[in-house]
Amino acid sequence: MTPPQRSAELVASGLRVEFTTRAGRVAKALDGADLVVRAGEVVALVGESGSGKTTLARSLVGLTKPAAGEVTWDGKPMNRSARGLKSLRRQVQLVLQDPSGALNPRQTVYESVAEGLRVHKLVARSGKTEDELVAAALSSAGLRPPEGLFLRYPHELSGGQRQRVLIAGALAVQPQLLIADEPVSSLDASIRGEILALLLRLREELGLGVLVVTHDLGLAWNIADRIAVMYLGRVVESGPTEEVLTSPQHPYTQALLSVVPEMERLEPIVLRGEIPDPTRIPRGCRFHPRCPALASGEADEVADACRRTSLPILPSDPDGHRCACHLVASRARADAADEVSA
Amino acid sequence: MSTATLLAIRDLHVSYATGEGPLPAVRGVDLTVERGQIVGVAGESGCGKSTLASTVLRLQPPSATVSGEVLFDGHDVMTMRWGELRAVRWAGASIVFQGALHSLNPVHRIGAQIAEPLLVHDPSLGRRSIDERIEALLDQVGLDPARARSYPHQLSGGQKQRVMIAMALACDPELVVADEPTTALDVMVQAQVLGVLSGLVRERGVGMMMISHDLSVLAELCDRITVMYAGRVVEEGPAGKVFSAPIHPYSGALSAAFPRVGDPAARFSPAGLPGDPPDPRNLSAGCSFAPRCPRAAEICLPAEPVLTTHLDDRMAACVRIGQPDPLREPTEVAG
Repeated sequence: MTPPQRSAELVASGLRVEFTTRAGRVAKALDGADLVVRAGEVVALVGESGSGKTTLARSLVGLTKPAAGEVTWDGKPMNRSARGLKSLRRQVQLVLQDPSGALNPRQTVYESVAEGLRVHKLVARSGKTEDELVAAALSSAGLRPPEGLFLRYPHELSGGQRQRVLIAGALAVQPQLLIADEPVSSLDASIRGEILALLLRLREELGLGVLVVTHDLGLAWNIADRIAVMYLGRVVESGPTEEVLTSPQHPYTQALLSVVPEMERLEPIVLRGEIPDPTRIPRGCRFHPRCPALASGEADEVADACRRTSLPILPSDPDGHRCACHLVASRARADAADEVSA
Repeated sequence: MSTATLLAIRDLHVSYATGEGPLPAVRGVDLTVERGQIVGVAGESGCGKSTLASTVLRLQPPSATVSGEVLFDGHDVMTMRWGELRAVRWAGASIVFQGALHSLNPVHRIGAQIAEPLLVHDPSLGRRSIDERIEALLDQVGLDPARARSYPHQLSGGQKQRVMIAMALACDPELVVADEPTTALDVMVQAQVLGVLSGLVRERGVGMMMISHDLSVLAELCDRITVMYAGRVVEEGPAGKVFSAPIHPYSGALSAAFPRVGDPAARFSPAGLPGDPPDPRNLSAGCSFAPRCPRAAEICLPAEPVLTTHLDDRMAACVRIGQPDPLREPTEVAG
């Protein structure tokens, strides 16, 4: 496999995805989400269950149709025809959550990995045999010797091996970008590090871009260059991983970080309840009903804005550290004013 | 209340009969839980953690052969008559099973499921007092008492896990065994559930045995941690020390798997442990961790190491502890 020639980028802008519930209410799973993932970088998309992470990941490969907004790959808007999606998915591959459920139990490892090659008719073009391509994909995913696994069924494999087979299936079509949904959440502690190291190695060797969807901030610290924090269908904070995780700006990010076990230096801020129902997104800042800064009075000076004024969509800025919060914005304005007067 | 020791497991062996011969899942485990104490049991899948948990309440499958003692408040659970055992289950000790998401009956309301153990233990309870008890239990785990009328599919994962905890508390047990109570929950819900569990121990003085593969979660909540590998205890000690300064290489690998956010050494170097736990049916004569151990040497191969005391208050089963390591520098594990 040769590294891709140019660095392409996958961009979501202002994505809105809506589902209608049986009661006829509209749930806004994505309510204006912006995100950029470039080839060769690892981006972590983090947030609680129900924040819209998985919906965003699915929209990026055209599995969910947005009500508004746009996805572009390599500068071109997503073509939603069957052919257009097929060619997009050759470049951008999704690795599904839960390796035990995502593999067909009646297909051998060989068949599972070869499927993508056949769908995209890559064997004839490559000048190699199908066996060779499957073997190459399995060994890139760290399954060696690959021939020994060809005829195995998923139930004969360990959890870590199944996850590697899924990754091998994605690698077989030589994509430029991998979207991995919770790649290690169902795996043992020991295998977790192995799979994460594999993702990093693929970035080094193949120049692959990786979007990891996860609720695990330790994972983001382990492998991500950049991080985007989602809450109720929007990105609320994004930036380089070091900056976001060592000096988080948004009260939501601060709370998430404070409950990671063994963060001794932080007083845990346990938010009450769960993410609100997406059919009833709160007015003003969508986080305000659970916001610890608002509850403690720390955000008194902007409390009105928090309750009434909605925040603009955070633009996907691949280089800066950004945050959608009235309190942070007002402090930044105050700092700027101080500088001017001084 | 009698003595402080609530649960004492002594030299417990559990072996399953399989088509390919006996499978020793637990091989000589000692473990003690005091009242008001949380004891963590860590290890990968296949290390015998869940077998240990179910044996405490004699819930192991009929194919299992058990030897050793499980003393609950001084009485051996393994030799109890059925009536005594039933009194111990739920009222003396209860268990929060792994995978709460699938352990609730989908066609019964939450309230009815919480009421079940209450009625089994005291059939004379009236409607009124059961309802009050259900309300109190739901409130205790931080759920709205009106949730009693919901069906499991109407609840989120974290809410279902709280219902499981409420059920386990229904009969006021003295010991709660929690098998992976927060696996599959996201960080915020995990923090909420852990808060509920530690509150119980503080306020009601129950003893708790908590099983997890995530050493960082155990370190946060537990007083002591027992690390198991291939059915044996390989390290035991105060929770914070086992996590932050493990002395057995296996505990070291488990601890490194969950990085501390902000630790520069963990950036772009995720630590894993290659290989899988051994098949308990064909264990080698020596240390069963040796094939995967970064510090393994000749001396590890002849005999299985015994659990010995190192430092104050800490035990580990490794012959290499304290030995110099001239050949190997500590290396980061690549994929």
